[in-house]
Amino acid sequence: MIDAKYLRRYWTIVGGLIALIFVTVFISLSLGSSDVSADRIIPILLGQGTEQEEFIVYTLRMPRIVITLLAGMALAVSGAIFQSVTKNDLAEPGIIGINAGAGVAVTIFFLLFPASGENFMYALPIVAFVGAGITTAIIFMLSRDKNKTVHPTRFILVGVGMSMALSGLNVVLMSSAEQQQVDFISEWLSGAIWGTSWPFVIALLPWVLILVPLAIYFSRYLDVLNLSEGSSIGLGVSLNKVRYGFLVIAVALAAAAVSVTGCIAFIGLLAPHIARKLVGPRNQYMLPVATLIGGWLLLAADTIGRNLALPEGIPAGIIVSLIGAPYLIYLLMRD
Amino acid sequence: MGSKKAFIVTLILSTIGLIVMFFVAMSFGALDNTFSEALNAIRLNEVNENTEILIEIRMPRAIAAILVGMALAVSGAIMQGMTRNPLADPGLFGLTAGSNLFLSISLVAFPAMSYVGTIAACFLGAAFGAFLVLGLSMLKKGGFSPIRLVLAGAAVSSFLFALSQAIAIHFNTSKSMSMWTSGGLGGTSWEAVKWIAPFILIGTFIAILLSRQLTILSLSDEVATGLGQNTTFIKIALFIVVVMLAGSAVALVGNLVFVGLLIPHLARRLVGNDYRYVIPISALLGGIFMLLADTIARNINAPYETSLVAVVSVMALPFFIYVVKKGAAELS
Repeated sequence: MIDAKYLRRYWTIVGGLIALIFVTVFISLSLGSSDVSADRIIPILLGQGTEQEEFIVYTLRMPRIVITLLAGMALAVSGAIFQSVTKNDLAEPGIIGINAGAGVAVTIFFLLFPASGENFMYALPIVAFVGAGITTAIIFMLSRDKNKTVHPTRFILVGVGMSMALSGLNVVLMSSAEQQQVDFISEWLSGAIWGTSWPFVIALLPWVLILVPLAIYFSRYLDVLNLSEGSSIGLGVSLNKVRYGFLVIAVALAAAAVSVTGCIAFIGLLAPHIARKLVGPRNQYMLPVATLIGGWLLLAADTIGRNLALPEGIPAGIIVSLIGAPYLIYLLMRD
Repeated sequence: MGSKKAFIVTLILSTIGLIVMFFVAMSFGALDNTFSEALNAIRLNEVNENTEILIEIRMPRAIAAILVGMALAVSGAIMQGMTRNPLADPGLFGLTAGSNLFLSISLVAFPAMSYVGTIAACFLGAAFGAFLVLGLSMLKKGGFSPIRLVLAGAAVSSFLFALSQAIAIHFNTSKSMSMWTSGGLGGTSWEAVKWIAPFILIGTFIAILLSRQLTILSLSDEVATGLGQNTTFIKIALFIVVVMLAGSAVALVGNLVFVGLLIPHLARRLVGNDYRYVIPISALLGGIFMLLADTIARNINAPYETSLVAVVSVMALPFFIYVVKKGAAELS
């Protein structure tokens, strides 16, 4: 149970992850198509770099690093919430079609208001949220049985179906668009981090800064959802309020992340699983660890992808799939 | 047997349906033709400019659509019977993703590959993908439950897709790659049909020959062995048929999900669980479905093509949800 030993372990893990993130950020800052050697990073950060070096570090690499960190965190928390709400360890915003739903909304938005204007990037998370929200509502409605309880297996299956159909719908929509937009959308769908400047950081930051702490703060209610229906009612918690409240948070986080990074699957699956292995299932401790792991994973994946196959790089979504799919198979094999 | 009558009625009706759909497909398109022109084209007489178009462009395409629909539906039916998994589908079980990976590799290794080479790559890839998914399931004691098998299929597929995309991006072959995988049936020539048709027809024929054994196999391994069946041999033969059919389908149209999953369900609703009936009906229904989907894809935004993959996904969702709603209890 929660004793001093557990807490010590917990804080060691949190500290270790934060250190790992700092190391990765440092490596990521020093790698890229134009070379800024590692020993120059600290002087540049202290303001002693040349103009060109500062441009590379502050304008090109730093915003991208911050965005991948934030998006990875958002996806991890979103996945953890989906897993608790559906009582299914394999639920994840990518697999169950939330990303695809956000994608359809983004595509429609693109067709109606071709990319232009300052406010464009601030509107994207909201547009994605609407699409993802409608998708979640549909999946929920379709996976309820006569007694209005959500059937976890059916939830996943309907989600898989929705995800395929919505990706199809997206292609139909795209085929009526201009070539330039098609290129953008198809890159978006393969999870290439495209929002790589500071305004995108500002568009994403409030969502993560508000919703992740909120989820962690109320995390004990999330624990209650994992109990049986009867015992949670006994504790005097209105299950549906908790369920829907957390769903809104999860959908908003996934949508905000996906709107700037494109479709990235598996982070929402990997991070909570690893976190559960490390600190157990209690959300109060699991969620912060999952947040850190998610941010680190996406940052690492993007750093690898960015530096393979120069100069365009390989979309982070692909790298994440290459790491995440074997992990999912491993999970399926052992329990 | 009561379902024999149902089978004959369904067989006749769906054959008529297929013929009607073929006429419809032949007469609707960017260039509008009358039914009589279509009829002339099909009978190969009175050749003028319009019928020429029909014979050279629309007819091979319509035939290819029928073949692909047949191939996907029959391979789906076999997989569902063999694995006793109502959710089996070549797209969900890694066959399509495997084909993609091998296509991607061969586009890099042999840029000037012939059509036969492409078919071979698709076959090998399909076998590889299916092998991975089913092999993983066999490694696990007692096998996977249906839903776990689907998830394993999804995981293997997304891994293979990611790998093939990464290869394509790294070697700058994404353009030709996406021409194959999302190509649909546009530009299908008689040449392609001539290469692929034998595989699909022979595969379907063997499937019908083995359908009695498949029915027994779909009950349980013990029953099959008890009835003196050489289950290993039959399983291997059916596996080869599935790979042949799914591989040919990918070589012709690229990635299509849902068809192999849904059509056999529809067939089973109509004629029961006996695969002697399910397989021929699946073949016919699959043909009708793909013809319909391709005709819609050609006409919805004419003269531009809409992606066939997309049309199929959107058309099939209601069916899919129906299947899930009906069968969720037995899946968990």
